Amino acid sequence: MDFDLMITSFPKLLNAALITLKLLSASLFFGLFVGLLFAILRLNNNPVINKFAYGYSYVFRGTPLLVQIFIIYFGLGQIEYFRSTFLWVVFKEPYWCAIIAFTLNTGAYTSEILRSAFQTIKPGFIEAGKSLGISNKIIFYKIQIPIAIKQSLPAYGNEIILMMKGTSLASTVTLLDLTGVAKYIISTTFKPIEVFIVAGSIYLFMTFVIHNLIKYLEKKFSYQ
Amino acid sequence: MELLYFGDNGWGDELFIATLMTVAVSITAMFIGFLFALIFTPLKLSKYKILNLIGNFYTTVIRGVPELLVIYLFFFGGSGAVMYVASIFGYFEYIEINAFVTGSFAIGIISGAYSTEVFRGAIQSIDKGQFEASKVLGFNKYIHFFKVIMPQMLRLALPNLSNVWQITLKDTSLISVTGLVEIMRQSYIAAGSTRDPLLFYSFAAVLYLLLTFISMKFLNRLEKNYSRGF
Repeated sequence: MDFDLMITSFPKLLNAALITLKLLSASLFFGLFVGLLFAILRLNNNPVINKFAYGYSYVFRGTPLLVQIFIIYFGLGQIEYFRSTFLWVVFKEPYWCAIIAFTLNTGAYTSEILRSAFQTIKPGFIEAGKSLGISNKIIFYKIQIPIAIKQSLPAYGNEIILMMKGTSLASTVTLLDLTGVAKYIISTTFKPIEVFIVAGSIYLFMTFVIHNLIKYLEKKFSYQ
Repeated sequence: MELLYFGDNGWGDELFIATLMTVAVSITAMFIGFLFALIFTPLKLSKYKILNLIGNFYTTVIRGVPELLVIYLFFFGGSGAVMYVASIFGYFEYIEINAFVTGSFAIGIISGAYSTEVFRGAIQSIDKGQFEASKVLGFNKYIHFFKVIMPQMLRLALPNLSNVWQITLKDTSLISVTGLVEIMRQSYIAAGSTRDPLLFYSFAAVLYLLLTFISMKFLNRLEKNYSRGF
């Protein structure tokens, strides 16, 4: 055991963990909107819109995240026309490509979580709202969404942890996140176990914090 | 499009072999995962606190750390660890471990952590009366486990195990970083030499979708078969 290496690599890895957290929070933030949008589309009665939303979630949940990142980072740059548009400013940066890939991926999983949450709301709640003469919009925002949030919290907590692990793939597109820096230190010092212990503990600590945060929120949202 | 043809000019045959490799690694990893689950599920359900602790340590650490980090640990540390064990037995030559073995072992350990959780949940949700009944009837341990508990456990575990299979199948894409030529690695090579990454990575996505689609069809049928009479 090389304890010196563990101590010297700790601040470097901690710094890299900040990038991991940045990637995670950005993709979760955007992913929540994408997920909500597709969950609403999934519940639409129009079969075309419905099928489209289902196809989106099927494709993104059925393929590895690595393929999705590679298509967006390496694949899209190949289209000549695409490179002349203003979008290219965003897509030539690996940082934004990673965030876009993570957003689309977590959006697909989130849409499934939210859809099942919306579907398990008892029809009585909505009927009660309607019979009180509340408009559909207010029923959606004030009744359906709060109940859906409460229903979907445990599953969404799992999704946050899965996404945190997913951000490690950003290291494959040259980003130096926690895993990227860990790999760099391993390949220069050839001490995989020491680095794994330090980097793994940082990840476990983040998992621990997220887990407890969700637990706290669950308690807060349960009305008793 | 002709880049995907079979033969010398296309990458079709290479990608086909790579797909078989992905399937082979996934199945091996899933099997290694079952072996791990077989060890750690009893530990998690044991009466003794210390054994519980070991079981919980395994599942918590593996499920809380990115798969890629575990793969790097095995990739860079695997041959070192094997050489250390060999040196105890008096063998000091350099040993290189095959990428297939490293890869399926790393993915197997990850898949094992998920399988352990699934089996634990399934055993715990079997009605207590079943355990008591088989005790009252005086069955020995072998019949108790294989004829009473296991069939019921499998029925409850199958839907979740098919999720674990999906996760394992997708995780195999990560061992492309170790150089094992599976779908992802082959697409990377093809994309590099033809400068057509969009085509090859999209085709890789289609291959993965095909694999998940076929395996889901198969597993759904298996599920129906196991839940006859319910």
